[in-house]
Amino acid sequence: MENSRRTFLKIAGISALGLSTKPVYDAFAVSGEHGEKRETAVVPQKGALTAKRWAMVIDTTKFESAKDLEPIIEACHKIHNVPVFENKRHEIKWIWEEEFGHAFPDLENEHINDRIKSLPFLVLCNHCEDAPCVRACPTQATFKQEDGIVAMDFHRCIGCRFCMAACPYGSRSFNFRDPRPFIKETNKKFPTRMRGVVEKCNFCSELLAEGKQPACVEASNGALVFGDLEDPESEVRKLLKSNYTIRRKSALGTGPAIYYIV
Amino acid sequence: MSEGKKVYDKGIVVAGLIIFIVIFMFPFWYNLGKAAPVPEPVLTEKAKAAKECVESKTYMKAEHMQILDDWRTSVVRDENRVYVSSKDKEFDMSLSNTCLDCHSNKADFCDKCHNYASVDPYCWDCHIDKPKENK
Repeated sequence: MENSRRTFLKIAGISALGLSTKPVYDAFAVSGEHGEKRETAVVPQKGALTAKRWAMVIDTTKFESAKDLEPIIEACHKIHNVPVFENKRHEIKWIWEEEFGHAFPDLENEHINDRIKSLPFLVLCNHCEDAPCVRACPTQATFKQEDGIVAMDFHRCIGCRFCMAACPYGSRSFNFRDPRPFIKETNKKFPTRMRGVVEKCNFCSELLAEGKQPACVEASNGALVFGDLEDPESEVRKLLKSNYTIRRKSALGTGPAIYYIV
Repeated sequence: MSEGKKVYDKGIVVAGLIIFIVIFMFPFWYNLGKAAPVPEPVLTEKAKAAKECVESKTYMKAEHMQILDDWRTSVVRDENRVYVSSKDKEFDMSLSNTCLDCHSNKADFCDKCHNYASVDPYCWDCHIDKPKENK
């Protein structure tokens, strides 16, 4: 009797173990079935604009007042679903206007000429050569594309705002609130952002892929010129060759890709 | 064999065991036959007309989340926006502009199964769910 109880427990234990392996085995068998996943095959988009290093020249001599900048800002913010917040502390901006002394603090002096003093300057992300935001980002949500564009992967942004502290140009905005209710007119083709991520200008890489110029350039009547900085024949290079240009806080060594003709 | 091996208080022990088993199996009996039917995603006219999705139906059913994840990486990180399917068809890798172009019925197509499986993808926090409707 003593013996048979022992054998009984043994058999019961082994049977229980045997029964429990079946579901586990099934689970593995199922995951194995879908194992023949194919690699994502891609082809380059036809007609996309490409460059080694995208850059922009802003001809400020073509602007007179803030009124001239409005349609440009509007065009950008509209297609990228940028919300409008009444509260300045929640403001989201991709491209906006700034007075000379704020945009170029190292070039300002108190006797600067009247035109420059009163002229609003168009500022945006500089897509720096050596971007401090890219270095600061702990998750690589902000990264540098091969074409020089400093891009953001909103999926990876954890909202730590290190990039905002690192950017010397104030080009980055944080979504303190859910932006959706504050978007006037939603562009259905472009995603919005969510609360808790940082956003900024993306040099319209979604339009470049379709072979179009950035929205601000389209809306600027030729005051903004976009092109490849590495291509000596590009319009950007021609303008840089024939005009004196300045860049924002170039002494910091970030290598901004936005040039201003003053 | 030996006379001393007899179960004491047999009645109480057996009754106790039965009560234990009944209570232990109560959730199984209680929910017997109440399983929610597996939802069947509803196809729009456009999706029906297209006959096949980006890949085969079974593959999409099992792997659509993986495909979307790969697409995201490809578009956002690698700047590649055109997908070539196993049947050599080309697709623009875009959730809102490609997937939801056919499957414009998110509630009946996506949400139904996601709710059933109790998964809560956060795609829609940013991606707009009905690209064509308000155009």
